[in-house]
Amino acid sequence: MPTNSRAPRPRSSRPGRRSGADLPLGLTAQECREIYRKMVLIRHFEDHAAEAYAQAKVGGFLHLYIGEEAVAVGALAAARPDDHVLGHYRDHGYALARGCDPKACMAELFGRETGLCHGRGGSMHLADASRNFWGGYAIVGSHIPIGAGMAYAMQYQQKEQVVLDFFGDGATGNGIFHEGLNMAALWNLPVVFICENNLYGMGATLAEESPVKDMIIKAEGYTMPSVQCDGMDVLSVYEAVQKAAAHCRSGKGPFFVEALTYRFRGHSMADPELYRDKEEVRRWRELDPIPRFGRFLVEHRVSSEQELAQVTEDAEAEMLEAVRFADESPWPDPATIDKWIYAKPLDGGQREPTSEPAPAAAASGARRGA
Amino acid sequence: MAELTYRDAVRSAMREEMQRDERVILMGESITGYGGSYAVTKGLVEEFGPQRVMETPIAEAGIVGFAVGAAMGGLIPVAELMTVNFALLALDQIVNSAAKFHYMFGGQFSIPLVVRTVSGFGQLGPTHSQTFEGWFASVPGLKVVMPATPADAKGLLLASIRDPDPVIFIEHSLLYSTRGEVDAEPDGGLEVPIGVARVAREGSDVTLIGYSRMLLQAMHAAEVLEREDGISCEVIDLRTLRPLDYPTMVASVQRTHRLVLCGEDWRTGGFGASLLAEMQDRCFDDLDAPVQRVAMRDVPLPYSRELERSLIPASQQIVEAVRRLN
Repeated sequence: MPTNSRAPRPRSSRPGRRSGADLPLGLTAQECREIYRKMVLIRHFEDHAAEAYAQAKVGGFLHLYIGEEAVAVGALAAARPDDHVLGHYRDHGYALARGCDPKACMAELFGRETGLCHGRGGSMHLADASRNFWGGYAIVGSHIPIGAGMAYAMQYQQKEQVVLDFFGDGATGNGIFHEGLNMAALWNLPVVFICENNLYGMGATLAEESPVKDMIIKAEGYTMPSVQCDGMDVLSVYEAVQKAAAHCRSGKGPFFVEALTYRFRGHSMADPELYRDKEEVRRWRELDPIPRFGRFLVEHRVSSEQELAQVTEDAEAEMLEAVRFADESPWPDPATIDKWIYAKPLDGGQREPTSEPAPAAAASGARRGA
Repeated sequence: MAELTYRDAVRSAMREEMQRDERVILMGESITGYGGSYAVTKGLVEEFGPQRVMETPIAEAGIVGFAVGAAMGGLIPVAELMTVNFALLALDQIVNSAAKFHYMFGGQFSIPLVVRTVSGFGQLGPTHSQTFEGWFASVPGLKVVMPATPADAKGLLLASIRDPDPVIFIEHSLLYSTRGEVDAEPDGGLEVPIGVARVAREGSDVTLIGYSRMLLQAMHAAEVLEREDGISCEVIDLRTLRPLDYPTMVASVQRTHRLVLCGEDWRTGGFGASLLAEMQDRCFDDLDAPVQRVAMRDVPLPYSRELERSLIPASQQIVEAVRRLN
């Protein structure tokens, strides 16, 4: 059905009203609005996480995904909801893009019992297995063969799901990256490797950590098809991952996607950013994927400026609620600290040395004290 | 019952579990056509095919990482690392992946994984003659199993494959050709539970605690001591290094009041060091003498036969340790 984009149309905030027939990549208007909403959600989540960190409500390491939202959101929008997702330590974006409850995510950062992982994992280890979001993995590159192994399990069980395995340019210098790619290619496994090339491995520039600036070159040695996409353009990411996932799902083996992206904030909250200049950051900020996709939505009459403003307002309200929820949530009970060390706890008679006083030691201790 | 070698017992456990459960897969270096460095997996690829007996690249970290992922995807992988020396390349995946995920993700999923590997020596030189069970046993989240007999090799491996947690299953190259009675029932009815030690020999004067090859050395020492010194040794086969069966060990020391810990790993920081600390804490008032340790001197094991012989812990050192106590 042709649409006359110049014809004046009444604006409405009701979702699903427009057909979006001129939208690319088979996307519907509703899907586009959801993509925008999720990017905004992540941005606001991260802003509030940073604030909570400054207030010492979030501890440890906090790595913000601000600037890179288009990669997680575009990739997960292009995948099926039951495709498996593994991410790295900068993982809030994957959790939220996969639809995890922002309250539970924030509560995990706050270390509370209501957190996604009951406060055991923290910022770097969000996971929601019920949504096939298998987690943030914080040993750089370690989850690359893990993703390949999951893909093997899918292939072995003749399931159609593919695995999306995200990592950064820094991970490609680690041997485990090469071991994982080698096996995935060798065994023709349905895994999409998504390299977020944000130009820095913590404080090392790309030139300092890699002899090649295009990460897709590293996939070539494993005969793996690859594509480079604009990680600041959610549609470019969507297109790349759509193609990659279809390739994997049709049994043709792994696919490598390189998303050229940038983190607007430092590596972590402790990063003084001495290794890059402010002008570079400013130039990348001009490519901010959120206003960029917002302009696209307005141009394609998917949303009005007012509707976009409403999305922002709603996200802010949702994040305020998430912070309130996290702040008011109970701490995990120290009495449960041994829970989950094992899925099959020890049988009667055995115990962990630190978990409880030994009857024998307690008895002899009493005698000693006498 | 049938008499099997330790090697055949390990293979028979894998074979039966693979017949029983399609989710069980094997993977490792040269485990198909070659049959495994110690011929443990011989014949299995012919029976189960390359999808279930996977020949892998030489990539220890990748193998264990891959196996962890396969476990998350619903399979039960048994990954072979050719020797425990090479397992060092996979330490990150064992410690930071396999041992952590169930805990750090709040119990959302477990990692039913067995890493089979082997310690031992035989003029293999400094990089191929080490034994690191103490390192693995120090990690909460891992279960560490070291069978001494063919029956336990089979029974404990059955239990390990059926366990929902990651198990480091350490075989011993010098035990592969030892023989013993093993239940041959195809239903695998002879599962030996993880975490339960065995009193291999009853005695009243001193407790010897050993595992894997050192259990055999302790048994031999006990015979010598009985014959030559009239000392009655109780010998405990630990079988599992984590979780530890303290009740069995403590009860024995309460009877004998003397304790000798027998291991092959280095004296400093070896498994026996932490076991000693815990046992003296639990049994201080029961002990009539300081706990003795038999362990490897803190030396890289050299190649030369005579140098190697002078270092490897054996029954004679256990005999001497017991004599020091009396």
